[in-house]
Amino acid sequence: MKIDENGQSSVVWFLTGMRGLFSLPAFILMLSFVGFCSLTAQAGIPPEQVVFMTGMVWALPAKVILVSSMMSGASLAAAFLAVSLSSVRLMPMVAALIPELRTSKTPTWLLLFLSHFVAITAWVFAMERVQAVPRDKRVAFFAGFGITLVVANMVLVGVVYHFVADFPPIAAGCLFFLTPIYFLASIWHSARHPVVHIALLIGLIAGPLFYWLVPEFDILLAGVGGGTLAWAAERLWRRRKEIDA
Amino acid sequence: MTWQDGWWAYAFIAIAGWLATDIWRWLGVIAGNRLRDDSEALNWVRAVATALVAAVIAKLILYPTGVLEQSPLWLRLGSVAIGATAFFLLGRKPAIGIVTTIAALASGLWWLGF
Repeated sequence: MKIDENGQSSVVWFLTGMRGLFSLPAFILMLSFVGFCSLTAQAGIPPEQVVFMTGMVWALPAKVILVSSMMSGASLAAAFLAVSLSSVRLMPMVAALIPELRTSKTPTWLLLFLSHFVAITAWVFAMERVQAVPRDKRVAFFAGFGITLVVANMVLVGVVYHFVADFPPIAAGCLFFLTPIYFLASIWHSARHPVVHIALLIGLIAGPLFYWLVPEFDILLAGVGGGTLAWAAERLWRRRKEIDA
Repeated sequence: MTWQDGWWAYAFIAIAGWLATDIWRWLGVIAGNRLRDDSEALNWVRAVATALVAAVIAKLILYPTGVLEQSPLWLRLGSVAIGATAFFLLGRKPAIGIVTTIAALASGLWWLGF
């Protein structure tokens, strides 16, 4: 077989990306979405709105915060602020992924469109596997995976919503817990820079600390304060290692 | 008007959900075309982003909604500690950490009569 990489069309790579639906990260994400369904059903949000939210927002932590804002009767401005603050992390995630995906010919509108499909799972999946894909087919590969994952979860949410109310309490509790645990394990596992490990540990402590001190701005302050502390500590440690070496 | 009223719920989700998240994705695309992957600025942004997510994780564990609201804090923290131990001892595979944590939580909930 002497068909070179360029001989394979973008369609083939799009389909390869679609097959990522049958991977462990995608499976765990779908279980987390079942858990999210249980949360929204308990909150009394109608299924059509949950499906709409899944497609439009996509990032799970942002949706959890949106739902809790809706439940507490927050104003539009307060909900917008809370969700924005929780989603700031999407900017560096996308910024780190874009240089891996694009070629000099990739139009910016296409990257803007595809960025919608970035959330933790798709990001971890793409950062890990995109290296094995020829550069000019990476956009097709990511589009195949990202779009399939969103559509599959919209269908899943629409179907499962009608069953979660009857779940035994232990199952509902475990599904809820799956989301934070999955984020914790996958971020630690996929981190390529030591600063991520330090920031994760500091953020876990800073979150509750700032919630106790200034509950209105806890996430923002924990992120900026804890993140800056983690960055400074890691930088100091890196400098010291360079001097010793 | 509250969020339950028809079209307003969708407008609410579109503005407070979709716009509030996609703005950052779009800014990420613009920044991704400029930020160098080895720059100190990106390193700081990375640290802040991770700490933000970690704060969300901690809040979900400490202040859960639904069924877990009635579960004791020691059970949730204990399950995470058991899962973390298994994760670090057994090759740092996410699946191992997740399955162990959930198994510990399920056993605890069952034992407490949930």
